[in-house]
Amino acid sequence: MLHTSFHLALTVGRTATPEAVQFWILAPLAVIAALGILVVKKAVHSALLLAWVMVTLAIFYIAEDALFLGIVQIIVYTGAVMMLFLFILMLVGVDSSESLVENLKGQRIPSIVAAIGLGGLMLSLLGRATLPAPSVGLQTANAGGNVQGIAKSLFTQYVWAFEVVSALLITAALGAMVLAHSQKVRSPYAQRDLSIARFRKSSLGDAAGLPASGVFAGRNAVDVPALLPDGSPAPTSVSQTLRSRGDIITSAPFALEAIEEQED
Amino acid sequence: MSTAALLGQDPGWLILVKGLLIFVFCVVCTLMAVWGERRIVARMQMRLGPNRVGKFGLLQALADGVKLALKEDLIPAAADKVVFIIAPIISATTCFMAFAVIPFTGTVTLFGHKTAMQLTDLPVSVLYILAIASIGVYGIVLAGWSSGSTYPLLGGLRSSAQVISYEVAMGLSLVAVFIYSGSMSTSEIVAAQHKWWFSVILFPSFVIYVISMVGETNRAPFDLAEAEGELVGGFHTEYSSLKFALFFLAEYVNIVAVSALATTLFMGGYHALPGLTFTESWLGGWFTLFWFIGKVVSFFFLFVWLRGTLPRLRYDQFMKFGWKVLIPTSLLWILILATLRVMSQRAVSRIIVLGFSIGVVLLVVLATTLYDRSTAKAKAAAILPDLPPPSFPIPALPGQSMVNHLTIEQTEVVTELENHNG
Repeated sequence: MLHTSFHLALTVGRTATPEAVQFWILAPLAVIAALGILVVKKAVHSALLLAWVMVTLAIFYIAEDALFLGIVQIIVYTGAVMMLFLFILMLVGVDSSESLVENLKGQRIPSIVAAIGLGGLMLSLLGRATLPAPSVGLQTANAGGNVQGIAKSLFTQYVWAFEVVSALLITAALGAMVLAHSQKVRSPYAQRDLSIARFRKSSLGDAAGLPASGVFAGRNAVDVPALLPDGSPAPTSVSQTLRSRGDIITSAPFALEAIEEQED
Repeated sequence: MSTAALLGQDPGWLILVKGLLIFVFCVVCTLMAVWGERRIVARMQMRLGPNRVGKFGLLQALADGVKLALKEDLIPAAADKVVFIIAPIISATTCFMAFAVIPFTGTVTLFGHKTAMQLTDLPVSVLYILAIASIGVYGIVLAGWSSGSTYPLLGGLRSSAQVISYEVAMGLSLVAVFIYSGSMSTSEIVAAQHKWWFSVILFPSFVIYVISMVGETNRAPFDLAEAEGELVGGFHTEYSSLKFALFFLAEYVNIVAVSALATTLFMGGYHALPGLTFTESWLGGWFTLFWFIGKVVSFFFLFVWLRGTLPRLRYDQFMKFGWKVLIPTSLLWILILATLRVMSQRAVSRIIVLGFSIGVVLLVVLATTLYDRSTAKAKAAAILPDLPPPSFPIPALPGQSMVNHLTIEQTEVVTELENHNG
């Protein structure tokens, strides 16, 4: 059954109508998206456009009878690599745009040279592709089925390269982990330690948790200190972070005297 | 004729009809699933559940859907508008796509055409489903990010980390199926199970798949991405109206999809229960659909049962379980399985195979015993030393003074805490 889809494939060099339709719809979209990667301001948008380009590429691969390659392209690049990229970018925040300050000095000339070189390479490839040179090998490679063909060449002819690349990747992953690892000075306080500490303090005032913020019926947001029975604000009822940021509303209007005055 | 060849003869209109049927199947499944889940969970909690709209409350989900659609559609001011709108669309479209390669029935006659209820068959169907699932994560991640608020972002991050980690375990559990069926096409995997279901001969893989499918769909007890107590609603906190409905739909269709995949890969697909194979030819082969749906429904019941029974895991425990238990176990299992497979292909004598199997079992038993013993020892060492009674209000006996007896470490914690609280 593996052969059926390949019997349907037309002779190399001619493009079937559905394939042409698919190409002329997806190719412009892919090119626009690729240009968009450079133009858009937010890094996440670039990443999304890149993901789109990868998916269209995968569809092209599938249309060209490289079914396995297309699917794996989506799983590995779109699903895993791009997702990790997004992961990092997302932590930067929604409203942050890319900074345009150059950090690397003198990078312009080498990068322009590299860009011209890459462009030349692409042009020469394009030139080769448009020449009416017969492409050979696809049908023979897919003769025993696409997956089987890839498995065969990967585990016979290219097994050495395959193993070397995987060893390299594992080394890189291990290296990254070692570099990112930091030795902890002490083990972090777990729930248990904190609980014990709460009960061993000089006062048991907050053993059952710190007082909740806010003044009921007045204002019960997190930025208003609660009032103690004598009408004075309870400092422990608001977060330390908010206090140091100065985001706390004074509880003076909610103090006992103030309320009594209002009522009078 | 193989299923792929059979499907290759489908005329265009038949493909459209099948696509439509799959869509309708998924939507009806979602409506029934929402109702069924609420009713079953209610029974488990000694309640009745929705029973007002329609017979037995069957139309409750429909009524809820209409209500949801009529709600105001809010987009937060801080949101990234385009991505905020795209995210639910990605979620809702990708969840349907997995059904394209699921075989619902064996060979049947539909509108006079001999075909199978399967939209298409690829040589890499199962990988295709994994690929679609990995695109589906984008919906959740982007929803979390584009909402421009903290809880959704955390929910989105958690969810993507979760799905990626459990996808590894899931993929590894599928390897065993590929090895034994010799194919990655769903119809051939089903055909390979006509004698023995893979849930029997590949039991460890089946267990790993079932665990990771719950993790993959963000369902209880692995629903950390939308843990109400911690993250409000997780990634969909800021969503309302139809956009929220799309996420809702996607969640339930995904559950049905992973259940259908589990049925296809491990439970013999549309094949009848052992001993009832004669039913497969009833109604011109359409009776196989009954078996398929029955198996999917029982998986769905399992999902609901888990939700009704288990409390939510803590995030670090969940990740530890995925990376340190599921993945190494499945790797080891694949190693053993591949060895057995090679042995059977080389026609090694049964005594050697048996010896190898017993050896593996003994090694596993030994390793787990040693591990248990070492953890028991570590636990015994970690138990807090006997502390003198704490100083909180216990009346002092005559001649006794009330002092704080703290170890040095505890004093450190206390002073740090006191500084922290100001």
